[in-house]
Amino acid sequence: MTNAARSGHPGGSLSAIDLMVALYGTNLRFNPIDPNWGDRDRFILSKGHASPAMYSLLFQIGVLSEEDIMTFRKMGSACQGHVDMSWTSGVDFSAGSLGMGLSFGLGCAIAAKMDSSERKVWVMLGDGEIQEGQIWEAAMAATYHNATNLKVIVDRNRIQNDDFIDVQMEVGDVASKFSAFGWEVREVDGHDMSAIVEVLDWATDFQGDPVCIIAHTTKGKGVSFMEDNPSFHGKAPTDEELEIALEELA
Amino acid sequence: MTGSSTNGASRDGYGRALLRLADDPNVVVLEADLGKSTKSCYFRSEYPNRTVSLGIAEQNMMLVAAGMASSGKIPFASTFAIFTERAFEQIRNGIARTGLTVHICGSHGGIHTGSDGSSAQSIEALAIYRTMPGMTVLHPCDDISAEELTYQLRELDGPSYMRTARNKTVRIYDHSRISSLKIGRGSVLRNGGDVAIIACGVMVEQSLQAASDLCEDGIECTVIDMHTIKPLDTALIDRLSVDCGCFVSVEDHSVVGGLGSTIAEWISQHRPVPLEMVGVDDRFGESGDSSALMELLGITAGDISEAVKKCVNRKNPT
Repeated sequence: MTNAARSGHPGGSLSAIDLMVALYGTNLRFNPIDPNWGDRDRFILSKGHASPAMYSLLFQIGVLSEEDIMTFRKMGSACQGHVDMSWTSGVDFSAGSLGMGLSFGLGCAIAAKMDSSERKVWVMLGDGEIQEGQIWEAAMAATYHNATNLKVIVDRNRIQNDDFIDVQMEVGDVASKFSAFGWEVREVDGHDMSAIVEVLDWATDFQGDPVCIIAHTTKGKGVSFMEDNPSFHGKAPTDEELEIALEELA
Repeated sequence: MTGSSTNGASRDGYGRALLRLADDPNVVVLEADLGKSTKSCYFRSEYPNRTVSLGIAEQNMMLVAAGMASSGKIPFASTFAIFTERAFEQIRNGIARTGLTVHICGSHGGIHTGSDGSSAQSIEALAIYRTMPGMTVLHPCDDISAEELTYQLRELDGPSYMRTARNKTVRIYDHSRISSLKIGRGSVLRNGGDVAIIACGVMVEQSLQAASDLCEDGIECTVIDMHTIKPLDTALIDRLSVDCGCFVSVEDHSVVGGLGSTIAEWISQHRPVPLEMVGVDDRFGESGDSSALMELLGITAGDISEAVKKCVNRKNPT
């Protein structure tokens, strides 16, 4: 998809995709036949540059067509550069500006509680993204508003746009930070499928506080030359690189 | 339409309208610690379970509102006008870009806010919000019209920004005829053929005073309450271009990008006629009482009268 578009963000898509597949495959309450069903669980991809992961998933479950995903980033495509609820069925948030998705998810969670609905709101954040102060405004508000239906997954791939996070501005002990704001926190290997499913099951059932899962991941997971390589945050593979990548992923 | 002699602040009208809107169970109110100032406190005391208090965190509030709107709620979120500006990009990307129906109210607009000083005197909000595609931008002149326009937001599909004022001014409208007020339609308060004064907010009162003073000098003014900055009532502007042949815009707001600029953008491309702008010149305010600040910054009835004379002379050069 990014190769066809000649741009996009493969690294953060590959770090997130195992988590997203696990969530959609197990705990997320949605209907691919009716992706806009009002009482569905919401999935807020706050790190909206991981749009290739979202679109691939929506393609696999039949919401998007091959034409949709192969026109990624092209004019008029349902697959905009960053996920956009105005353009894509099955997308619950218009992202692209980091730091906003947790607040949006909190709004969805408060609305669900007002409606006495069982629906849950899952928000995926990037670890670089949590440098944004608005994340912590929302984290504080979530516990005050007892948003026990709010479930966050932090894709802790340790790389942001320009470089490794510890070079740019280390975010430190993310678990302690969310704990300090009153969240119930678990950590998981974000590429160990059985561990992921286990923690998602726990998060779904947990009712005491908002939940934060810190998923330790590898940026560019599964493609040798992309793994842990900051330069593939926002760069598409060439034709030759695509061939190698597809071989390795197969 | 003028009638009552008592005073009212537009923020009170906003607060009263929220109570009337409560009939719709989807209406919710969001606050960022300033509900007592914006007057959303009226709603909060009656409907605490439908009020979301988010503390001093405006950026979060705007996206919480967007999330609630995406889930079927109709959020009314308010804080000081200046602090909505802190969340400019949240409103741009999270609300306007998505077209979600979130109604934002920024109170304490303009230098009329007074003694809190320049940090609290938003003179940019109208300019900022009218740049956003799909955003309706309102600035009522008194409490009665603010209540009516806020109530009419129940029928608006899309985001809006309403700027209200802190202080009471003379009531321009009365309850008996207020239902003729419509979002998007300028309200004709006085008819005259020499010039059209287009005003908004607290400056409507000053404009009516100027028109009355000028009448004694033989200059007849039309006075419009242009409570809706966007979408601009271009049909009315076109008609007044013909009927009056020149305009004076009047606002307690920067002349950069506000009501005057809005009118200039339209008439310069469609029916070019003279326009004089009365507003805050490209500068910040300071602490002081409202009337002293209006004198300092050149937005009194006297300043309007001067602008009118200049404009009429430009229309009819001797």
